[in-house]
Amino acid sequence: MHEWALAEAVISAASQIAEKEGLKEVTEVKIKVGELQQVEMDILEFALSQLKTAQLKNTKFNIETARAKLTCRVCGRTWFFSKEKLNEKTAEAIHFVPEIAHAYIKCPKCGSPDFEIVEGRGVWLESVKGVT
Amino acid sequence: MVDPRTSIITERLKGIRKIIAVSSGKGGVGKSLVASVLALELAKKSHSVGLFDLDFTSPSTHVILGIKNVQPKEEKGIVPPLVHGLKYMSIVYYSDEYASPLRGADVSNALIELLSITRWGKLDYLIIDMPPGIGDALLDLIRLTKNIRFLIVSTSSLLAFETVKKLISLLEGLRVPIIGVVENMKMNDSKAVQQQVQSLGVAFLGEIPFDIKIEESVGKTSKLLKTVFAEKVEEMVSKI
Repeated sequence: MHEWALAEAVISAASQIAEKEGLKEVTEVKIKVGELQQVEMDILEFALSQLKTAQLKNTKFNIETARAKLTCRVCGRTWFFSKEKLNEKTAEAIHFVPEIAHAYIKCPKCGSPDFEIVEGRGVWLESVKGVT
Repeated sequence: MVDPRTSIITERLKGIRKIIAVSSGKGGVGKSLVASVLALELAKKSHSVGLFDLDFTSPSTHVILGIKNVQPKEEKGIVPPLVHGLKYMSIVYYSDEYASPLRGADVSNALIELLSITRWGKLDYLIIDMPPGIGDALLDLIRLTKNIRFLIVSTSSLLAFETVKKLISLLEGLRVPIIGVVENMKMNDSKAVQQQVQSLGVAFLGEIPFDIKIEESVGKTSKLLKTVFAEKVEEMVSKI
């Protein structure tokens, strides 16, 4: 239920943006979810629906997933994260703290743990739309 | 694109009365030991206490406190387990025995993640064991937490104190409250550090003598609490 905490953060951030932009009602929130965090979409969507405030009661949450792209800082190899190659315990650790990937994942070419998570890390708010 | 996590951190920390970051200008001054024993001493006085090891690349408080075979509970986020009377949180739950080589941006991201998903509940004190120096974790913590105060650990060495002066200068410049400075591993009668701390207008919290036997207490909390080290830390509790 880690997704619940992330959903709370999304609702809180969307509410703060709505207040800052003077939106009376939020109609759409676009969310990007990186595959590295392995978020359970069903749980995230359920949590978002349960946590809606009055200002967000008619909000449509558009959730898009992004593949997790990693680039080795040593040899330059770029590859995509794949959960299937990890055991359950490791996958769960990366789910909670995606940066822990550096403890378990190595560059497939040179074996270095010094890689950059270029995209697809975790949960991001792309946009908040509504009526003023 | 907005990172939603930072907006929930204040909410996550709102049940905590006092947040104390135990910090140092450089490594090897006994900061983690001070943080761990301070947390134990506060808990001994019936305060509700959390201990958060923020030294992501070199966590050690779990070793000092002999913490193993525990994991946080998943409950609409993560709830730190209660160990030795402390709500204990560390990245070591996830990194296990593996090295976690994190660059600055990764440290920031991991810090924000843990601050945004950890449910501390109500606490009298949250003690944070900081990584040494004035890097990303320190700057992020100051940026993201409102009521944080710093307890600084130095040794008698001028090398250590030189870095402490920089830390004090930074914190004062950012208007972050400093509880005071502890002089650890003291091996002589010199009052040089005390005088310099006081000349900077910062409280001097006390001295902890170098204790060759402290190593024998690592991992054994009951033994740790019987050391001269713990006795000196206990004396400082009233000053924080």
